[in-house]
Amino acid sequence: MIIDRVEVETINSFWKLELLKEVYGLISILPILTLLLGITIEVLVIVWLEREISASIQQRIGPEYAGPLGLLQAIADGTKLLFKEDILPSRGDISLFSIGPSIAVISVLLSFLVIPLGYHFVLADLSIGVFLWIAISSIAPIGLLMAGYSSNNKYSFLGGLRAAAQSISYEIPLTFCVLAISLLSNSLSTVDIVEAQSKYGFFGWNIWRQPIGFLVFLISSLAECERLPFDLPEAEEELVAGYQTEYSGIKYGLFYLVSYLNLLVSSLFVTVLYLGGWNLSIPYISFFDFFQMNKAVGILEMTMGIFITLTKAYLFLFISITIRWTLPRMRMDQLLNLGWKFLLPISLGNLLLTTSFQLVSL
Amino acid sequence: MFLLHEYDIFWTFLIIASLIPILAFSISGLLAPVSEGPEKLSSYESGIEPMGGAWVQFRIRYYMFALVFVVFDVETVFLYPWAMSFDVLGVSVFIEALIFVLILVVGLVYAWRKGALEWS
Repeated sequence: MIIDRVEVETINSFWKLELLKEVYGLISILPILTLLLGITIEVLVIVWLEREISASIQQRIGPEYAGPLGLLQAIADGTKLLFKEDILPSRGDISLFSIGPSIAVISVLLSFLVIPLGYHFVLADLSIGVFLWIAISSIAPIGLLMAGYSSNNKYSFLGGLRAAAQSISYEIPLTFCVLAISLLSNSLSTVDIVEAQSKYGFFGWNIWRQPIGFLVFLISSLAECERLPFDLPEAEEELVAGYQTEYSGIKYGLFYLVSYLNLLVSSLFVTVLYLGGWNLSIPYISFFDFFQMNKAVGILEMTMGIFITLTKAYLFLFISITIRWTLPRMRMDQLLNLGWKFLLPISLGNLLLTTSFQLVSL
Repeated sequence: MFLLHEYDIFWTFLIIASLIPILAFSISGLLAPVSEGPEKLSSYESGIEPMGGAWVQFRIRYYMFALVFVVFDVETVFLYPWAMSFDVLGVSVFIEALIFVLILVVGLVYAWRKGALEWS
């Protein structure tokens, strides 16, 4: 995923040469495929974790037959969905019915472009980083709306509308929180945001400078993921499964994938924006400085970075899985009131507070 | 489009990401069985015969929320560049941004008072 800057620049200068263009293409395809493989494994782990934690909260055993500790259960489920019949509702809009889940998957996957997993271990350190994530994450509701509309089913239609209403309501508080963070770090690039938190170890994290923003971000990202206190679009008891009602086979599988990918993206962004990303919690003198900076140490440091990022992200995942079995579902008016009348003013106030503090410190 | 080399990897990623649903659909199309029937293809309505379509008029409330959303989303788009050059622009621009935000807060209060944010 780290592409040598010099190498890329030299290739760019010979951009017109067809051969080098192909070489450049190869250079960028390999890290993307590696990232996709990593994402797939992580999603499988999350599905397994969700089922195991849910089971232990409800005092059940959970998946145990597929592989050791039921580890292969998620793979088995995914493969099963591939073999299932793909039912297209006769009264629905067939093309939109397929485009809906595709748009949702593509838009969620694109968010991984700017997430740094380790020290400069990021696919593309774009200067607009977080803003790209915010822009792309608002495309996913279009996919859900398409899915709900094209099914020509009342449950699906209501679910799609609810999904769109919910994600646009919580988009704005989320955006204001990210704005406050980027104002503090004076950059939109995710790598810069993490580095701005690295100065004082544990106490340099943005969670201490933005406690209100952290809470608002946590609530909004749960709502964006359609997790349980906010899972109105797919409320099983009232809307069957919302926009997924008519879906079967791999298209349903894609929606399932989207929900877990969304959760993963949100938890990684909580880590990056508030919990100091790949930095260790203890303020320490880098013991790597004592050694000669060779390749092995670099790889070790990178592995540690990825490990730390994922540990923090899984902490957030654990919280959201536990919340799923703790809080009851909200009503639609409560949901919209919370978004518009509570989180929006608070996040706006938080933003103005942050700017005032920044102004004083100027 | 391809002038910004920084974004080449974005376009590559977009292409590879759009291959995923295509691949998934084609693999499933090869493997999955097909056995259609009028009952199976009708829309699900908790087991009874579906009554009418779903493409009907729906609550205007969704539209109201979408309208308020557009206002605030555009506001955030304007605020991002300001936040990025905050330390350069200084106090005067901060006051201008404050006025800008205040106008929109007045708009929010108006929408709130008018009942645009009420669900029922």
